[in-house]
Amino acid sequence: MAEQMKKDDIILEVNHLKKYFPIKGTLGSKKGAVKAVDDVSFVIKKGTTMGLVGESGCGKSTTGRTILRLIEKTDGEVIFNGQDIDKLSKKELRALRTKMQIIFQDPYSSLSPRLPIGEIIGEAVREHGLVPKDQLDDYVTKIMLSCGLQPYHKDRYPHEFSGGQRQRICIARAIALNPDFIVCDDPVSAWDVSIQAQVINLLKDLQDELGLTYLFISHDLSVVEHISDTVGVMYLGGLVETGETDDIFKNPLHPYTKALFSAIPMPDPDLKTDRIILEGSIPSPANPPSGCKFHTRCAECMEICKTQVPVEKDMGNGHMVRCHLYADK
Amino acid sequence: MKDNQLLKYILKRIGISIVILFFVALIIYTLMRCLPTSYIEAVALQKSMQPNSKSFEEWMEQLTKMYNMDKGIVEGYFAWLGNVFRGEFGDSWKWTMPVTEKFNNVVWVSFVMGAIALFFEVIIAIPLGVIAATKQYSKADYTISIVALAGISLPTFFFASLMKLVFAVKLGWFDLYGLVGRDYEYLSPAGQLLDKANHLVLPIIVLVVISMGSLMRHTRTNMLEVLNADYIRTARAKGLSERTVIYKHAFRNTLIPLVTILGGSLPGLFSGALITETLFSIPGIGYTSYHSMVSGDIPFSMFYLVFMAAMTLLGNLITDILYAVVDPRVRVS
Repeated sequence: MAEQMKKDDIILEVNHLKKYFPIKGTLGSKKGAVKAVDDVSFVIKKGTTMGLVGESGCGKSTTGRTILRLIEKTDGEVIFNGQDIDKLSKKELRALRTKMQIIFQDPYSSLSPRLPIGEIIGEAVREHGLVPKDQLDDYVTKIMLSCGLQPYHKDRYPHEFSGGQRQRICIARAIALNPDFIVCDDPVSAWDVSIQAQVINLLKDLQDELGLTYLFISHDLSVVEHISDTVGVMYLGGLVETGETDDIFKNPLHPYTKALFSAIPMPDPDLKTDRIILEGSIPSPANPPSGCKFHTRCAECMEICKTQVPVEKDMGNGHMVRCHLYADK
Repeated sequence: MKDNQLLKYILKRIGISIVILFFVALIIYTLMRCLPTSYIEAVALQKSMQPNSKSFEEWMEQLTKMYNMDKGIVEGYFAWLGNVFRGEFGDSWKWTMPVTEKFNNVVWVSFVMGAIALFFEVIIAIPLGVIAATKQYSKADYTISIVALAGISLPTFFFASLMKLVFAVKLGWFDLYGLVGRDYEYLSPAGQLLDKANHLVLPIIVLVVISMGSLMRHTRTNMLEVLNADYIRTARAKGLSERTVIYKHAFRNTLIPLVTILGGSLPGLFSGALITETLFSIPGIGYTSYHSMVSGDIPFSMFYLVFMAAMTLLGNLITDILYAVVDPRVRVS
């Protein structure tokens, strides 16, 4: 996948990213680790959206946060605009933060309850000196308008807004820093479809207008299909399949992806779907199965799957899959 | 909240407070009347012991009438209340002077002591709590927590005695007892003030050390809770400096529970510190109220306890008003 793109097209490159959370026993002794993110690699092209899907607890959000160094990684590298972000000093990292932003799932808890909206949006702009002081107010107004907020909202506090408006505030707050890249950490899961659509369309409009790149984390496959250019499917801390959205949705290869996509509800009630029901529950990331992590629940499990970790295989057009079924093809 | 609304709210609260005070005073009066230690009995016994005196029973009858204690509890309470509305709290039995005068004589030394101690408590405990929380599980955190726990656990009498042993007996920096030195009368006004200040150093240190632990623990706990909140993660993601994150975003949100604690300490300023005052022989309100209580001095105890109740209600009211100041979410509802 990486070879097919020109280097300067790539905004983000994630190589073998790992994040293990230590499990502490009594008296602080180490008892093992939760492998929340285990060897994840992908690249995102400038101006595109990559969707990251998977079940709850598969490490999607941790991946997003580790990329931004909101959580320190265990191993691997994250290269943003050609810079290895792990090598940056605290000061450089702070400056870079304006370029890579995040929108959280729960806008209410992620907005400081004691600050008015104008301050929430303008604060970091002022701290980083992105806009001259005398123009800050106009700038905040402009950003708010572009996110569908009214200028008189400036003096109000987060608790005075509805859910959809709060997410607009979070988006405005991120956009105000003029970022290149935004991690959208399940930003629409909390609302009904009409608000989801509003927020998604706002994100898309802003992308066209400002040339933004998104990493869109979600468990809602229809939303991901709608917004993403490329998709990565995660299972138990690892990517099992990545590729162009059309390829993945029309031709899912990995048995897990197939099972996941068979669960998408279809708008036609008469349509017969072959739902693949996965057996058992997701194994503990503290003690993942050997070989292919999915083998305990896979309908097409073979002997080799139990012992050997499958390698990534390119099935054409950058459609990568990690499964022994495709090892010889 | 608009000014009009706020005023309405305050008036309503004051109205409720008056009703509460009426019943609190009734309960206190009933309890005082039911106390086994009777001042009148003690005086009657003493007088009847004197040679050629009337009998104990006769003295009792006379004194009971004299002190207006021949009425029932409810009747007596309303008599007391009636006097209060005329602004009369009566004379203290034990101190043989008007209750308000005695109170006024002793409360200010306690108040000054308490206010200075509270000031130091706040400016020491809150920053330490913030430091302990931001550097959780570090050496600094453990050190601060241990010192705080030691402060909470130390009995006042033990710690005060220890301080006296070290600073008064061994080092001789301060006097062991009292509010003023031996040569107080001969000092200039400025010198007199310094002399008093000098005598208050040890008691204030004791008060600060024993009270600061819990405030520090509260600050630390609240701060830790806030530091784990999602909006702190947002603030970090914004690329704000750690200083801004901690003091602007986190600390402001810690203020809400702290205001409750500080509002609750208002009556404490007037109640004095019984043990500390006794150990240092400082004639403050803690010391005075204790002696009034044990000798069954109903007028003084009534005034003191009802005053404390009023202060507690006032403290709560101030806390609620401050809530609206520090928390925008309270303002609308």
